[in-house]
Amino acid sequence: MTGLFRIAFKLLVNDRSKFTALLVGITFAVFLMVMMMSMFSGILSRSCAPVYNIGAKVWVMDPAVNNTVSSIPMPDYVLSSARSIKGVSYAVPLYYGGAQVKLRNGSYQSVTVIGLDDTTLFGRPELIEGRIEDIFAENGFLVVKDAEYSKLGSPPIGSELEINDNRASVVGIAKVASSGLFGVPTLYTTFSRAITYIPTTRFTTSFVLIEPRSTGDIPGIQREIARLGYEALTRQQFVDKITAFYTYKTGMGTNILLMTSISFLVGLSISGQTFYTFILENLEKFGAMKAIGAKGRELVTMILFQAFFTSLTGYGLGVGAASSFMLLMRMRMPDYAAQLTFSILGFALLMVTIIAGVSSYIGVRKVLQIQPFDIFRG
Amino acid sequence: MGDCVIRASKLAKWFGEGDARTIAVRDADFEVRYGEMLYIVGPSGSGKTTLLSMISGILKPNGGQVTIEGRDIWAMTDDELADLRLKKIGFVFQDYHLFPRLTTLENVAIPLILKKMEWNEAMRNALQYLEIVGLKERAELQPVKLSGGEQQRVAIARAIAGQPDILIFDEPTASLDGDTGRKIVEFIKTRILNDKRCVIIVTHDSRIYEYADTIMKMEDGRITGLETNHLHEK
Ligand SMILES: Nc1ncnc2c1ncn2[C@@H]1O[C@H](COP(=O)(O)OP(=O)(O)OP(=O)(O)O)[C@@H](O)[C@H]1O
Ligand SMILES: [Mg+2]
Repeated sequence: MTGLFRIAFKLLVNDRSKFTALLVGITFAVFLMVMMMSMFSGILSRSCAPVYNIGAKVWVMDPAVNNTVSSIPMPDYVLSSARSIKGVSYAVPLYYGGAQVKLRNGSYQSVTVIGLDDTTLFGRPELIEGRIEDIFAENGFLVVKDAEYSKLGSPPIGSELEINDNRASVVGIAKVASSGLFGVPTLYTTFSRAITYIPTTRFTTSFVLIEPRSTGDIPGIQREIARLGYEALTRQQFVDKITAFYTYKTGMGTNILLMTSISFLVGLSISGQTFYTFILENLEKFGAMKAIGAKGRELVTMILFQAFFTSLTGYGLGVGAASSFMLLMRMRMPDYAAQLTFSILGFALLMVTIIAGVSSYIGVRKVLQIQPFDIFRG
Repeated sequence: MGDCVIRASKLAKWFGEGDARTIAVRDADFEVRYGEMLYIVGPSGSGKTTLLSMISGILKPNGGQVTIEGRDIWAMTDDELADLRLKKIGFVFQDYHLFPRLTTLENVAIPLILKKMEWNEAMRNALQYLEIVGLKERAELQPVKLSGGEQQRVAIARAIAGQPDILIFDEPTASLDGDTGRKIVEFIKTRILNDKRCVIIVTHDSRIYEYADTIMKMEDGRITGLETNHLHEK
């Protein structure tokens, strides 16, 4: 059989122009699909970053909240009621809001300020410099060292920033698992300092974070919170809600789906069409091979080999091109969001397999139909 | 001449149904022996190609029987028939049907590769057959770079590479000039035909009649005459 594969390979590759067209079609389709989905996946995971960074198991919020940025402040009784629910180990408030920082050179920079519960500091980030206790020191703020850090002028410990005419001193440098979507730096401080530094509405609690005694207690907690007119979501549920918001409510999901389908269809039609002409061009020769004594299944194997060889090569090139592109972009733009995941690779592979399947199906049908007698008659 | 290789009895083939039915071959009875060079001649549309296809396992007859070395070929499965063609029959098609994207050597090796011969061995073997047809130097060229007569010889090399007992040619000289045609047939007669083989040639070309052992005439689907060429009686 190896000899036949070799013949099939030569038939394919020696037809330079068609082979190139096939590869370009598939590579192009894979590149587009992978880029599109990686961008989408990157944006989604960025938008969920705060949920993971803070790490609480249960989040309490107004039912209208769709993501961490657009939190709706809740009255204090939500916190105290949450504390008295059976199965709650502890519950703490979280402030999550935006502010303007005035930099040394007089310019302003938007930042996200996260205010952690004063007694527990629940949800605190890992520090790479400084001590966490210093967050209680006068004007103490932690700065997250991520891609956005430089936008604040990369302030070292001991440097000062200005928030709403209040002095903020950097007491620690933190790192977080993933950075957010909006490309603004993040500052951490205590809850009480956050609400005094930043003008707030009557209510100040953005989220209530709950640590349940056990996972089994979560449904009960959710029922009780619902009774208050609020919503308690597990980390995964909150992530799903944010994802659903970006996917469905913003139209991004349908757009990406549309673009991905179009790339798929373009790839399918280019390579399907080219492969079809390739088969048509060699059809009489395949017929002659049949007359000589090739069995139908041997010809089918040759065609499948050709289709899958081209598709997988195109897949490799497409994924290679997409990942080098992303790498390049990330070197130039620290905030570049696209991320290539295994499920994207798997999905693109599935799509490519479908392209190969459809293309070879057409070819196989033609080749099985051809009658050696028609070849013989000329 | 030797034993009988192919025996056809009461072969019939028609195409279409009802008013549109054309009978391409009717009641064909004949046999071919080892060492024989048989010509099938007759006007266009008389059923020559149809007959040839039925005795070589390419076209299923509507009636009658074909046996090759005593085995009823139309009682075989498709796979058995494909194997029979691969091992016993060599075809040279009128327009050669060489793969344009393969070298002449690779084209010649196709029956060997179908017989599952290992690649390098198949190439070595194929080269010998190219040498027999005098085209060893052209081994690495693509068929389109060769002249019509040379392509014909490549097709012959491919047909004999599988060492078949039966060689089938449909109009081998139709697209060649008279001289080249004669040379090819002379070559077949002297170099390819031996007493373990038979050659069947369909032709219109009266210039090559002198090489035939037997000439079978067809008209309107019927065999109308069978002549032994007495020039060749040895
Ligand atoms: N697939 C087919 N469908 C319908 N009619 C066919 C088919 N094949 C052959 N015929 C008819 O059968 C008859 C014999 O055809 P065949 O090709 O055997 O003739 P031939 O003697 O080889 O002619 P030529 O010298 O032109 O090659 C013709 O009338 C032809 O039209
Ligand atoms: Mg004919």
